[in-house]
This record gives sequence, structure tokens and C-alpha cells, in this order.
Amino acid sequence: MRKTLFGLVAAAGLAVASTVSAQEIVIAVAGPMTGSNASFGEQFRRGAEMAVADINAQGGVIRRKLRLEVGDDACDPKQAVAVANQLASKKVVFVAGHYCSGSSIPASEVYAEEGILQISPGSTNPVLTERGAKFKNVFRVCGRDDQQGGVGADFVMEKFKGKVVAIVHDKSQYGKGLADFAKARFNEKGVKEALYEGINVGDKDFSALISRLKQAKVEAVYFGGYHTEAGLIARQAKEQSLNIALIGGDALVTNEFASIAGPAGDSAYMTFDADPRKNPVAQQMVAKFKAAGYDPEGYTLYAYAAVQIFAQAAAQKKSIKLDDLVAAMRATKFSTMLGEIGFDGKGDVTSPAYKVYAWKGGKYDYAN
Amino acid sequence: MEYFLQQTINGITLGAVYGLIAIGYTMVYGIVGMINFAHGEIYMIGAFIAVIAFTLLGMMGVTWVPAAVLIVLVTAMLFTAAYGWAVERIAYRPLRGSFRLAPLISAIGMSIFLQNYVQLLQGARVKSIQPIVTGAIPLIETGHFQVAVTYIQILIVTLTIALMISFSLLITRTRFGRAQRACEQDQTMAALLGIDVDRTISMTFMIGAILAAVAGVMVTLYYGVVDFFIGFQAGIKAFAAAVLGGIGSLPGAMLGGFLIGLVEAYWSAYFSIEYKDIATFSILILVLIFRPSGLLGRPDVEKV
Repeated sequence: MRKTLFGLVAAAGLAVASTVSAQEIVIAVAGPMTGSNASFGEQFRRGAEMAVADINAQGGVIRRKLRLEVGDDACDPKQAVAVANQLASKKVVFVAGHYCSGSSIPASEVYAEEGILQISPGSTNPVLTERGAKFKNVFRVCGRDDQQGGVGADFVMEKFKGKVVAIVHDKSQYGKGLADFAKARFNEKGVKEALYEGINVGDKDFSALISRLKQAKVEAVYFGGYHTEAGLIARQAKEQSLNIALIGGDALVTNEFASIAGPAGDSAYMTFDADPRKNPVAQQMVAKFKAAGYDPEGYTLYAYAAVQIFAQAAAQKKSIKLDDLVAAMRATKFSTMLGEIGFDGKGDVTSPAYKVYAWKGGKYDYAN
Repeated sequence: MEYFLQQTINGITLGAVYGLIAIGYTMVYGIVGMINFAHGEIYMIGAFIAVIAFTLLGMMGVTWVPAAVLIVLVTAMLFTAAYGWAVERIAYRPLRGSFRLAPLISAIGMSIFLQNYVQLLQGARVKSIQPIVTGAIPLIETGHFQVAVTYIQILIVTLTIALMISFSLLITRTRFGRAQRACEQDQTMAALLGIDVDRTISMTFMIGAILAAVAGVMVTLYYGVVDFFIGFQAGIKAFAAAVLGGIGSLPGAMLGGFLIGLVEAYWSAYFSIEYKDIATFSILILVLIFRPSGLLGRPDVEKV
């Protein structure tokens, strides 16, 4: 029944698309709606949908309603480019996306060419905003891995002082990037990792890796990669009765990590921006999401904020032209669900605040 | 040394799973001379049924682990056998006797169909279950490294060996086995002698599916995580195992499975985990260069 309903809604959406009214502003949210990172896609979609609904309820942007398109890249770089082209052909003026850095970066090429504003709620690889003036349309509301990796490494060196550390990454643009920033910080502070290894995304068997960690007497693993592999490594380590602490990045902020890792998730830590759910500004919104049966975890409120920023910038300039939007974004501080946000010349947020979280009983909270 | 032993245990467990799936490839190739590329998806379906069944049993309050595992195994076997039968009936039987590539293409189509079917039905998310069979037996305990074999590893390997033995007996000692071997040699002649060829081929597909289901259930227990895409990778590895051992040869499939499992484990242990798949497939290529029909395969004799 839900499938048919969904089909009807999709069909209705198509009908609307064919007779697009000049009044509507088309924006999009893009991320992995399917695949192993689909829980993050859901965070994005929930956040953006809620934001669009709220903005439309207040009369829209410059008296035009917003209409949201959803793009699914499955965290696959090729599909991300295809989705970006698709969104461009639908005359989208703004995209909140993508999630995987490996998707955001190739997709941003399309957005730059087509003059579409891109605000990524969750792509943290520094490259995204480091490519010069051609990519003036690219922004993000999260932090960067060069900050995040450093914070993670510092935490390990403090909490697991003198213990043997290994660094594992998943060869993805995000994962390897993050692991390398952490490694740089470790080495800079004179800590040499016992093991530096790459794994394959999609692998299920990590028994060989676990035995190897055991052999090297590793007590803490810094992991650069996504939550599925992180969960499996934690779980299989416990199976092989190896007690390690796993420290990952922001790709672990989904309850799915805990359900994959099982009880082994209790020895995991991660770095993530300050939890927006704790922000006094967001209390009402959190309650609203929870009333709708969804816990706005992870990047949900980041996606919400990305849409808010677009709406505020457009309202300020009374325009949805890229140059106006970019000028507004560079100059203004926006009040969003994440609190006050301003952007620097590259498109990064001016005040990122990475915190270390600890997983306990399927939930995460600040480690200290 | 202890480390080597531990990695051997890891590799054998992995190899057992590959071997179980590989038997399905090799058997079907033996009897109808085609590669059933949808076999990896059958394994994936087995794993999904296991996840669903474990969840249902958990809700019904069946908490005694051996009973739960047994019920799940039987359920998964029944359902996947039905899938195996249906795949053969729908996608391959109508094409029997047409040109050689037709069933192969049909198989690839079936594989894509089944993947999308599960994705639509079950969603594209990773499904996970809580650890069910936990605990390990420490084998050797030296000061710096403890060799342990987990209960689930024991279960996987013993179940695989038991299935292999009963399966060899089935092929060599029973009426069905004789019919199966006869069909392998010459289907027309077998039919003339009163063997129901269609039924024998259907049975072969079902047995292959049952073994894949066992592999699926074991993997669900071992890793606790399934998604609609696992059939592809496991299918490729198992297919490589079947080719390595000599396609068409049952002991070859098992041997190939264990070899690939061990190569993966040792390569990961002493070189780099990143390149373990490259190592595996390089060995496959090397073996095929020097022994084109695989380790235990008989060279193809052209029938005149």
C-alpha cells in the first residue's frame, strides 16, 4: 500500500514537473537515498523536507513557493554526476548535497558549470572548497577533515596515551583523506602508528585485519571510512575477543552504526560537529521532528540549515541568481538551526567546532 | 606461528563459504554447460531470508540458539530451493537447446532482476541482526598472541564438511546421483533410458540453491549484516573458486573455495589488505595459464 501511495505521489510529482509554474523555485536535496549509506540520505531528505515545508508555511521565498527535488547518488561518484546533470535539467537553483565527499566533488563540477548554488550539509573532505574561484558556488555547513582528523588524533593521544595505535581507511576520498590528516597529526606529535592499512568498501570479512591488529597489539584504531565497515570491524574484533577502541569520523553519526556493531559499539568514539540537537535554538525543531516519529540525528539539522541559508540569502537579495546568492552568503551571518553561521572566502564555515563523542548502549554523546 | 594459525582459521572459514557457493556454479555447469550468474543472488536471498527469519523468531520469543539456527536453516533452504527451481524454470529451460550464449545472457538478466527485486522489496539499506552465536574457544595461548576459534567458525566449517560428505554420497551412491551423472554425460541418451532429464536438472538447481542458502545463513550469523548487493562479490569469488578448482568438478569447487579463502587471509596477513582481491585473481590467472581446465578439472574432450 505504501508503495502504491509512493508511486502515486511520484506520478503526481512528474505531472507537476511537466507544467512547472513560474512561481515555484525548484531546489534539491541530493545524497545516498539508497545503498549502504542510505541512513544519511534519509537524514538529508528529512531535514530538507522539513525546512521546505516550514519555509513554504511562512509564505515561501520572495513570495514564491519552494519545491524540493530529491536526487539519489548512492554515494557513487558516477551516479552523482548523472544526478547533478538531471537536477540541472530540472532548472534547480540550489542543491543541498551531497553526503560522500567522493560524490560532492565530482557533482560540484556540474553545479559550477550550470551556475547552481551547492551547500553540502556533510561532505568534509577539504578539496571540496579548495579549488579556487571557479567553484565560488560551493559551500558547506559542516567542518573539514583537516580539522576533524586533528581533533580525533589529539583525542586518541590523550585518552590512549602510550598505547599502540593503528590507522585504517577505506580508500574512499573521504576515508583516506581523514585517515591521512589524523596520521599527519599523530606523526607530528611523535606517535608512530603500528599499522596503516586500507580496506575495501563493501567487504564483509575483516577477520584477517582483526588478527593483524591483534598481532601488532593494537589498542586503539583510528578509522577513516563509513559506518558500515566501521561497525563490522568493531563487531568482528569483539568476536575475536580483541579489545580495541575504534575512533572514527563524522560518518559514524547514525544509529545504524550501533545496530551493525551490536554490543561492540560501546567501545567506539567519533568526531562530529557540536550536536545541533543540544542547541537551544533547535529545541522546538527537535520536538517537532520527534513528534513526527523521527529523531533528527546526525546531519538532519545540517540539511535543514542549508535550506534555511539559501532561503535567507535569496530573501536578502530578492534574487535567486547565483552571483547574488554567493555575495549574500560571503557577507552575512545567518541564524539557522545550527546557530549563527557565517562563511569564509572559500565557502567553509567560519567557526567549526569538532567534538569527540562516545557511543554507549546504541546512543552517542560527548565523550567528556 | 600462532599468528599464522589464526589466519589459517580465518581463511578456512571464509573458504568454506566460498566453497559452498562454488558447488552451485560447478554443478550447474556440469549438467547444462552454462554459468548460472544468478547463483550469487540466490545466496543473497538466502541471507535475507535468514535475517527475516531470525527477526521473526526473536519476536516470537524463540531464544534457544540451536533451535533458532536450525529453524532458520530449514526455512532458508526451502525458500531458496523454490527460487532456484523458479529461476531454472523461467529463465533457462525455455532456452535449452538454443545457442550457447542465450542462457548465459538470460542468467545475467536474472541476476540483475533478483538484485533489484530484493532492493525494492526489502529496501536498499544494510540490514543487521544482533550477534546470535557468540563466544570462542582459545586454542593456544602464548604470552603475546592468543589463537582462538569462534563457535560460529566451528559451525561454518563443520556444517560445510558435513554437507560436502553427504553431497558426495548423494552423487555417487543414490539413484538421483546416477541420473545426474548420466545427464551430465549425455542428455539425449539419458532420456532414452528413461531418466526424466528436466526433473534432474531442476533438482540440480535446487540442490545448488540449498547449499547457497546454507552459505547465506552462515554469513548472516558470522557478520550479522546483509544488503542486496552481497551476492555480486560473493558470486564472483565463488565463481573464481569453481574455475580455479576446475569447473564441473565438485571436489575442485571445494578445493578452489578453500584456496581462495586462504590466499585472501594470508595475503591480508603478510602483505596488504588493500590488494587482496588482486592477489586472489592473479593466482587464478596463473593457474589458468598453466592448467586451463583448473586444478582438478578434466580437459574438455570434444565429443564426436
